[in-house]
Amino acid sequence: MSSRRSRITGKEINELASKLRSLLPESRRRNMSRVSASKLLKETCSYIKSLHREVDDLSSRLSDLMSTMETDSPQAEIIRSILGS
Amino acid sequence: MESKSSTTGNRDNPNRNLHGSKTMMASHFLRALFRIQQTSTSSSSAGRSRRIRRAAYASMAYSAGTRRAWSRALLRKLRSRARLRFPRRLSRAATPQRRDMDQAQVLRKLVPGGPSMDDCKLLEETADYIRFLTTQVRLMQTVMDSVSS
Repeated sequence: MSSRRSRITGKEINELASKLRSLLPESRRRNMSRVSASKLLKETCSYIKSLHREVDDLSSRLSDLMSTMETDSPQAEIIRSILGS
Repeated sequence: MESKSSTTGNRDNPNRNLHGSKTMMASHFLRALFRIQQTSTSSSSAGRSRRIRRAAYASMAYSAGTRRAWSRALLRKLRSRARLRFPRRLSRAATPQRRDMDQAQVLRKLVPGGPSMDDCKLLEETADYIRFLTTQVRLMQTVMDSVSS
């Protein structure tokens, strides 16, 4: 895994930090106002991992739901016709 | 549903990028769900769950198109039928992290296409990836809520 690292200035680190902070939702932003860019990166990684987990969780819950659904309900027909498939 | 073109003047306003994409994402995902429902048997719940998960990432990638490195990387993975994996744990026993360097590497493994990005690009791509991820999650939650009510 190669990555070109250009030398980063202090100003760029601050911009990086504020941009990273803006990616986090409110709930995760609270303690992050005066932390290092490294900590923000870590929090960003943690946030992305939790989003991946949510996708997994919602997928299995949707799958469970599907097994209890009828394939040709009126609602399904309506949605299908809107989608134009 | 109104949708805006995602080709012109969107570079400055990230939210405009997302608007037309949300429509594409929803229609792609719903279509996939219908297909999955029709073609899966009741005994393959785990398989169905994997297909739904795959459809989720596919909707994200298709609605983002080829504009972004992360979506191009995802599309490549999907087309090659490779298993979609995102590393969850550190591969080695935890050694004290050397500040920025290692966290950027962790981030590179989480964002599709990450390994070939420099720090600056990684950040842009991360921002875009997170936006699409949260939109996809919200979409799935909406589908869940409307189906289970």
